[in-house]
Amino acid sequence: MSQIVQDFTVTVPEWRPHVTPVDLDTATPQQLDALQVTPSNRKISDYVLVLAHDPETLKHRSPLFNAIMYNRGGLSRAEREMGAVAASVVNRCIYCAAVHAERYNQLAKDETAITKVFADSTAADLEPRLKAILDFAMKLSQSPPAATAADMADLKKAGLDEEEILDLILSSSLFGWANRLMHTLGEPVAP
Amino acid sequence: MKDMMLELAGGTPGSPLAAVVEKRADIFALTRKTHDAALKPAEPGGLSHGLRAAIACRIAALNGDEAFLKHFRKALQEAKASDAEKRLAELSCTGGDARETALIRHADLVACEPKRASGADIELLSKAGVSEPDIVRLSELVAFVSYQIRVVAGLRLMRGAL
Repeated sequence: MSQIVQDFTVTVPEWRPHVTPVDLDTATPQQLDALQVTPSNRKISDYVLVLAHDPETLKHRSPLFNAIMYNRGGLSRAEREMGAVAASVVNRCIYCAAVHAERYNQLAKDETAITKVFADSTAADLEPRLKAILDFAMKLSQSPPAATAADMADLKKAGLDEEEILDLILSSSLFGWANRLMHTLGEPVAP
Repeated sequence: MKDMMLELAGGTPGSPLAAVVEKRADIFALTRKTHDAALKPAEPGGLSHGLRAAIACRIAALNGDEAFLKHFRKALQEAKASDAEKRLAELSCTGGDARETALIRHADLVACEPKRASGADIELLSKAGVSEPDIVRLSELVAFVSYQIRVVAGLRLMRGAL
Protein backbone atom coordinates (compact mmCIF):
# COMPACT_ATOMS: atom_id res chain seq x y z
CA MET A 1 0.00 0.00 0.00
CA SER A 2 1.51 3.34 -1.06
CA GLN A 3 2.37 5.96 1.52
CA ILE A 4 -0.10 8.80 2.12
CA VAL A 5 1.50 12.18 1.35
CA GLN A 6 1.22 14.37 4.48
CA ASP A 7 3.27 17.46 3.57
CA PHE A 8 2.85 20.12 0.90
CA THR A 9 4.84 19.35 -2.24
CA VAL A 10 5.09 20.42 -5.87
CA THR A 11 5.51 16.76 -6.89
CA VAL A 12 1.97 15.85 -7.88
CA PRO A 13 0.89 12.73 -5.94
CA GLU A 14 -1.49 10.06 -7.13
CA TRP A 15 -5.03 10.18 -5.78
CA ARG A 16 -6.53 7.11 -4.14
CA PRO A 17 -10.34 7.27 -3.89
CA HIS A 18 -12.32 6.30 -0.77
CA VAL A 19 -15.41 5.83 -2.97
CA THR A 20 -15.54 3.40 -5.93
CA PRO A 21 -15.16 5.31 -9.22
CA VAL A 22 -17.99 4.83 -11.73
CA ASP A 23 -17.18 2.04 -14.22
CA LEU A 24 -17.44 3.40 -17.77
CA ASP A 25 -18.73 0.05 -19.02
CA THR A 26 -21.78 0.20 -16.73
CA ALA A 27 -22.24 3.99 -16.59
CA THR A 28 -25.68 5.43 -17.38
CA PRO A 29 -26.20 7.61 -20.48
CA GLN A 30 -26.52 10.60 -18.12
CA GLN A 31 -23.17 9.80 -16.47
CA LEU A 32 -21.48 9.37 -19.87
CA ASP A 33 -22.91 12.71 -20.98
CA ALA A 34 -21.66 14.49 -17.82
CA LEU A 35 -18.24 12.82 -18.27
CA GLN A 36 -18.18 13.92 -21.91
CA VAL A 37 -17.08 10.41 -22.86
CA THR A 38 -16.55 9.92 -26.57
CA PRO A 39 -14.97 6.96 -28.42
CA SER A 40 -11.72 8.95 -28.58
CA ASN A 41 -11.93 10.20 -24.98
CA ARG A 42 -12.10 7.32 -22.51
CA LYS A 43 -9.17 8.43 -20.35
CA ILE A 44 -10.88 9.94 -17.33
CA SER A 45 -9.33 10.40 -13.89
CA ASP A 46 -10.59 8.41 -10.90
CA TYR A 47 -11.51 11.74 -9.27
CA VAL A 48 -13.89 12.68 -12.07
CA LEU A 49 -15.22 9.10 -12.20
CA VAL A 50 -16.04 9.36 -8.47
CA LEU A 51 -17.86 12.65 -9.10
CA ALA A 52 -19.85 10.91 -11.85
CA HIS A 53 -21.95 9.34 -9.08
CA ASP A 54 -23.66 12.77 -9.13
CA PRO A 55 -23.92 13.53 -12.87
CA GLU A 56 -26.26 16.51 -12.48
CA THR A 57 -23.65 18.65 -10.68
CA LEU A 58 -20.71 17.19 -12.63
CA LYS A 59 -22.28 18.33 -15.90
CA HIS A 60 -21.87 22.00 -14.89
CA ARG A 61 -18.72 21.63 -12.81
CA SER A 62 -16.26 21.20 -15.69
CA PRO A 63 -17.35 24.23 -17.76
CA LEU A 64 -17.59 26.31 -14.57
CA PHE A 65 -14.09 25.27 -13.49
CA ASN A 66 -12.67 26.10 -16.92
CA ALA A 67 -14.43 29.48 -17.05
CA ILE A 68 -13.09 30.51 -13.63
CA MET A 69 -9.51 29.38 -14.23
CA TYR A 70 -9.11 30.11 -17.97
CA ASN A 71 -11.57 32.84 -19.08
CA ARG A 72 -9.92 35.67 -21.01
CA GLY A 73 -9.10 39.02 -19.38
CA GLY A 74 -9.07 39.86 -15.70
CA LEU A 75 -6.60 38.28 -13.31
CA SER A 76 -3.49 36.62 -14.78
CA ARG A 77 -3.45 32.84 -15.05
CA ALA A 78 -0.60 32.62 -12.52
CA GLU A 79 -2.42 34.76 -9.95
CA ARG A 80 -5.59 32.65 -10.31
CA GLU A 81 -3.42 29.60 -9.56
CA MET A 82 -2.15 31.39 -6.44
CA GLY A 83 -5.79 31.86 -5.38
CA ALA A 84 -6.25 28.09 -5.79
CA VAL A 85 -3.08 27.33 -3.83
CA ALA A 86 -4.10 29.68 -1.00
CA ALA A 87 -7.42 27.85 -0.50
CA SER A 88 -5.73 24.45 -0.78
CA VAL A 89 -3.19 25.37 1.92
CA VAL A 90 -5.94 26.55 4.30
CA ASN A 91 -7.92 23.35 3.70
CA ARG A 92 -4.74 21.21 3.65
CA CYS A 93 -5.66 19.63 0.34
CA ILE A 94 -2.19 18.31 -0.50
CA TYR A 95 -3.24 17.07 -3.92
CA CYS A 96 -4.87 20.32 -5.14
CA ALA A 97 -2.02 22.36 -3.64
CA ALA A 98 0.56 20.31 -5.58
CA VAL A 99 -1.24 20.51 -8.93
CA HIS A 100 -1.84 24.25 -8.72
CA ALA A 101 1.54 25.11 -7.19
CA GLU A 102 3.17 23.33 -10.13
CA ARG A 103 1.03 25.36 -12.55
CA TYR A 104 1.83 28.59 -10.72
CA ASN A 105 5.55 27.86 -10.93
CA GLN A 106 5.33 27.14 -14.66
CA LEU A 107 3.27 30.26 -15.42
CA ALA A 108 5.20 32.64 -13.13
CA LYS A 109 8.58 31.07 -13.98
CA ASP A 110 9.40 31.28 -10.30
CA GLU A 111 9.53 28.69 -7.53
CA THR A 112 10.45 30.90 -4.58
CA ALA A 113 6.93 32.19 -3.84
CA ILE A 114 5.40 28.70 -3.55
CA THR A 115 8.32 27.50 -1.44
CA LYS A 116 7.60 30.35 1.00
CA VAL A 117 3.82 29.74 0.99
CA PHE A 118 4.28 26.04 1.73
CA ALA A 119 6.81 26.76 4.50
CA ASP A 120 5.27 29.81 6.15
CA SER A 121 1.58 29.83 5.09
CA THR A 122 -0.01 33.16 6.12
CA ALA A 123 3.39 34.52 7.20
CA ALA A 124 5.00 34.00 3.77
CA ASP A 125 7.24 36.94 2.86
CA LEU A 126 6.17 37.86 -0.69
CA GLU A 127 6.23 40.99 -2.87
CA PRO A 128 3.29 43.28 -1.95
CA ARG A 129 0.90 42.40 -4.79
CA LEU A 130 1.27 38.64 -4.35
CA LYS A 131 1.11 39.02 -0.56
CA ALA A 132 -2.19 40.93 -0.80
CA ILE A 133 -3.55 38.18 -3.08
CA LEU A 134 -2.43 35.39 -0.74
CA ASP A 135 -3.75 37.10 2.40
CA PHE A 136 -7.16 37.83 0.90
CA ALA A 137 -7.58 34.35 -0.59
CA MET A 138 -6.48 32.60 2.62
CA LYS A 139 -8.86 34.65 4.76
CA LEU A 140 -11.78 34.13 2.36
CA SER A 141 -11.08 30.37 2.53
CA GLN A 142 -11.52 30.14 6.29
CA SER A 143 -14.76 28.92 7.87
CA PRO A 144 -16.51 31.27 8.32
CA PRO A 145 -14.84 33.46 5.68
CA ALA A 146 -12.62 35.97 7.50
CA ALA A 147 -11.64 38.48 4.79
CA THR A 148 -12.38 42.09 5.78
CA ALA A 149 -12.76 45.52 4.22
CA ALA A 150 -9.11 46.14 5.13
CA ASP A 151 -8.04 43.09 3.08
CA MET A 152 -10.11 44.38 0.17
CA ALA A 153 -8.44 47.79 0.52
CA ASP A 154 -5.03 46.07 0.46
CA LEU A 155 -5.90 44.42 -2.87
CA LYS A 156 -6.77 47.80 -4.36
CA LYS A 157 -3.67 49.40 -2.90
CA ALA A 158 -1.61 46.61 -4.45
CA GLY A 159 -3.02 47.62 -7.85
CA LEU A 160 -5.72 45.04 -8.53
CA ASP A 161 -8.71 46.37 -10.48
CA GLU A 162 -12.29 45.21 -9.99
CA GLU A 163 -12.23 42.51 -12.65
CA GLU A 164 -9.03 41.09 -11.19
CA ILE A 165 -10.50 41.09 -7.69
CA LEU A 166 -13.63 39.27 -8.91
CA ASP A 167 -11.45 36.62 -10.56
CA LEU A 168 -9.49 36.18 -7.33
CA ILE A 169 -12.72 35.77 -5.33
CA LEU A 170 -13.91 33.18 -7.86
CA SER A 171 -10.68 31.18 -8.10
CA SER A 172 -10.10 30.93 -4.35
CA SER A 173 -13.80 30.13 -3.69
CA LEU A 174 -13.74 27.49 -6.43
CA PHE A 175 -11.06 25.69 -4.46
CA GLY A 176 -13.17 25.89 -1.32
CA TRP A 177 -15.39 23.61 -3.43
CA ALA A 178 -12.71 21.44 -5.08
CA ASN A 179 -10.74 20.89 -1.83
CA ARG A 180 -13.89 19.72 -0.07
CA LEU A 181 -14.22 16.96 -2.69
CA MET A 182 -10.61 16.05 -3.43
CA HIS A 183 -9.47 15.96 0.20
CA THR A 184 -12.53 14.17 1.60
CA LEU A 185 -13.37 11.60 -1.13
CA GLY A 186 -9.83 10.29 -1.46
CA GLU A 187 -6.23 10.77 -0.39
CA PRO A 188 -2.89 11.70 -1.99
CA VAL A 189 -0.39 8.85 -2.21
CA ALA A 190 3.26 8.84 -3.25
CA PRO A 191 3.53 8.18 -6.99
CA MET B 1 -28.66 41.42 -14.81
CA LYS B 2 -30.65 39.55 -12.18
CA ASP B 3 -28.65 36.99 -10.28
CA MET B 4 -29.10 34.98 -7.08
CA MET B 5 -25.60 35.66 -5.80
CA LEU B 6 -25.73 39.35 -6.70
CA GLU B 7 -28.94 39.62 -4.66
CA LEU B 8 -27.43 37.69 -1.73
CA ALA B 9 -24.50 40.13 -1.81
CA GLY B 10 -26.94 43.04 -1.56
CA GLY B 11 -26.30 44.23 -5.13
CA THR B 12 -29.20 45.55 -7.19
CA PRO B 13 -29.53 45.37 -11.00
CA GLY B 14 -27.82 48.43 -12.51
CA SER B 15 -25.51 48.89 -9.50
CA PRO B 16 -21.71 49.15 -9.89
CA LEU B 17 -21.38 45.63 -8.44
CA ALA B 18 -23.85 44.29 -11.05
CA ALA B 19 -21.67 45.82 -13.78
CA VAL B 20 -18.60 43.92 -12.52
CA VAL B 21 -20.55 40.65 -12.14
CA GLU B 22 -21.93 41.11 -15.68
CA LYS B 23 -18.40 40.71 -17.07
CA ARG B 24 -18.37 37.13 -15.80
CA ALA B 25 -22.03 36.43 -16.63
CA ASP B 26 -21.16 32.92 -17.92
CA ILE B 27 -19.75 31.93 -14.52
CA PHE B 28 -22.75 33.26 -12.61
CA ALA B 29 -25.15 31.45 -14.99
CA LEU B 30 -23.29 28.14 -14.50
CA THR B 31 -23.32 28.71 -10.74
CA ARG B 32 -27.13 29.09 -10.80
CA LYS B 33 -27.40 25.80 -12.74
CA THR B 34 -25.13 24.00 -10.27
CA HIS B 35 -27.14 25.43 -7.37
CA ASP B 36 -30.30 23.84 -8.77
CA ALA B 37 -28.47 20.56 -9.52
CA ALA B 38 -27.22 20.38 -5.91
CA LEU B 39 -30.40 21.58 -4.14
CA LYS B 40 -33.20 20.20 -6.34
CA PRO B 41 -31.85 17.59 -8.76
CA ALA B 42 -34.18 15.61 -11.03
CA GLU B 43 -32.77 12.40 -9.53
CA PRO B 44 -32.16 13.15 -5.83
CA GLY B 45 -31.14 9.57 -4.93
CA GLY B 46 -31.26 9.06 -1.16
CA LEU B 47 -31.05 12.81 -0.41
CA SER B 48 -34.48 14.43 -0.78
CA HIS B 49 -34.81 18.07 -1.76
CA GLY B 50 -35.96 18.81 1.80
CA LEU B 51 -32.91 17.13 3.34
CA ARG B 52 -30.61 18.99 0.95
CA ALA B 53 -32.18 22.34 1.85
CA ALA B 54 -31.88 21.47 5.56
CA ILE B 55 -28.17 20.68 5.19
CA ALA B 56 -27.65 23.91 3.23
CA CYS B 57 -29.35 25.82 6.10
CA ARG B 58 -26.83 24.29 8.52
CA ILE B 59 -23.88 25.32 6.34
CA ALA B 60 -25.23 28.88 6.12
CA ALA B 61 -25.67 28.97 9.91
CA LEU B 62 -22.19 27.52 10.53
CA ASN B 63 -20.79 30.30 8.33
CA GLY B 64 -22.86 32.90 10.19
CA ASP B 65 -24.46 34.01 6.91
CA GLU B 66 -27.97 35.35 7.54
CA ALA B 67 -28.78 36.06 3.88
CA PHE B 68 -27.93 32.50 2.84
CA LEU B 69 -29.82 31.11 5.83
CA LYS B 70 -32.93 32.98 4.68
CA HIS B 71 -32.37 31.79 1.10
CA PHE B 72 -32.10 28.12 2.09
CA ARG B 73 -35.01 28.35 4.57
CA LYS B 74 -37.10 29.45 1.61
CA ALA B 75 -35.79 26.41 -0.31
CA LEU B 76 -36.80 24.26 2.68
CA GLN B 77 -40.37 25.60 2.41
CA GLU B 78 -40.45 25.17 -1.37
CA ALA B 79 -39.23 21.56 -1.05
CA LYS B 80 -42.19 20.82 1.26
CA ALA B 81 -39.70 19.43 3.76
CA SER B 82 -40.99 17.01 6.40
CA ASP B 83 -40.99 18.05 10.05
CA ALA B 84 -37.96 15.81 10.64
CA GLU B 85 -36.08 17.53 7.81
CA LYS B 86 -37.04 20.96 9.15
CA ARG B 87 -35.61 19.97 12.53
CA LEU B 88 -32.32 18.97 10.86
CA ALA B 89 -31.96 22.51 9.54
CA GLU B 90 -31.35 23.65 13.14
CA LEU B 91 -27.78 23.30 14.43
CA SER B 92 -29.11 22.09 17.80
CA CYS B 93 -30.45 18.95 16.08
CA THR B 94 -27.95 16.11 15.75
CA GLY B 95 -30.16 13.73 13.76
CA GLY B 96 -33.17 11.52 14.39
CA ASP B 97 -31.59 8.19 13.42
CA ALA B 98 -28.15 6.74 12.65
CA ARG B 99 -28.23 7.68 8.97
CA GLU B 100 -29.32 11.29 9.60
CA THR B 101 -26.77 11.63 12.38
CA ALA B 102 -23.97 10.41 10.08
CA LEU B 103 -25.08 12.69 7.23
CA ILE B 104 -25.18 15.88 9.26
CA ARG B 105 -22.02 15.03 11.20
CA HIS B 106 -20.19 14.71 7.89
CA ALA B 107 -21.79 17.82 6.36
CA ASP B 108 -20.84 19.94 9.38
CA LEU B 109 -17.27 18.57 9.40
CA VAL B 110 -16.66 19.19 5.68
CA ALA B 111 -18.23 22.65 5.86
CA CYS B 112 -16.16 23.80 8.84
CA GLU B 113 -12.98 21.74 8.99
CA PRO B 114 -12.43 19.93 5.70
CA LYS B 115 -8.75 19.49 6.56
CA ARG B 116 -9.70 17.13 9.41
CA ALA B 117 -11.71 14.79 7.15
CA SER B 118 -10.20 11.42 6.24
CA GLY B 119 -11.09 8.00 4.91
CA ALA B 120 -12.43 7.07 8.37
CA ASP B 121 -15.20 9.66 7.95
CA ILE B 122 -16.30 8.10 4.66
CA GLU B 123 -16.35 4.71 6.44
CA LEU B 124 -18.65 6.14 9.12
CA LEU B 125 -21.10 7.16 6.39
CA SER B 126 -20.95 3.69 4.78
CA LYS B 127 -21.51 2.00 8.14
CA ALA B 128 -24.57 4.18 8.73
CA GLY B 129 -26.04 2.88 5.48
CA VAL B 130 -25.24 5.84 3.19
CA SER B 131 -24.65 4.55 -0.37
CA GLU B 132 -21.60 5.60 -2.41
CA PRO B 133 -23.66 7.75 -4.81
CA ASP B 134 -25.26 9.47 -1.81
CA ILE B 135 -21.81 10.10 -0.27
CA VAL B 136 -20.82 11.93 -3.47
CA ARG B 137 -24.15 13.79 -3.65
CA LEU B 138 -23.72 14.97 -0.05
CA SER B 139 -20.11 16.01 -0.67
CA GLU B 140 -21.03 18.01 -3.78
CA LEU B 141 -23.82 19.78 -1.91
CA VAL B 142 -21.58 20.82 0.99
CA ALA B 143 -18.68 21.76 -1.28
CA PHE B 144 -20.83 23.79 -3.66
CA VAL B 145 -22.62 25.72 -0.92
CA SER B 146 -19.22 26.47 0.68
CA TYR B 147 -18.08 27.91 -2.68
CA GLN B 148 -21.22 29.99 -3.06
CA ILE B 149 -20.97 31.45 0.43
CA ARG B 150 -17.35 32.52 -0.21
CA VAL B 151 -18.11 34.12 -3.56
CA VAL B 152 -20.89 36.17 -1.98
CA ALA B 153 -18.72 37.11 1.03
CA GLY B 154 -16.17 38.44 -1.47
CA LEU B 155 -18.82 40.29 -3.49
CA ARG B 156 -20.06 42.04 -0.34
CA LEU B 157 -16.55 43.32 0.34
CA MET B 158 -16.31 44.51 -3.29
CA ARG B 159 -19.67 46.26 -2.99
CA GLY B 160 -18.44 48.09 0.11
CA ALA B 161 -15.36 49.31 -1.78
CA LEU B 162 -16.98 50.38 -5.09
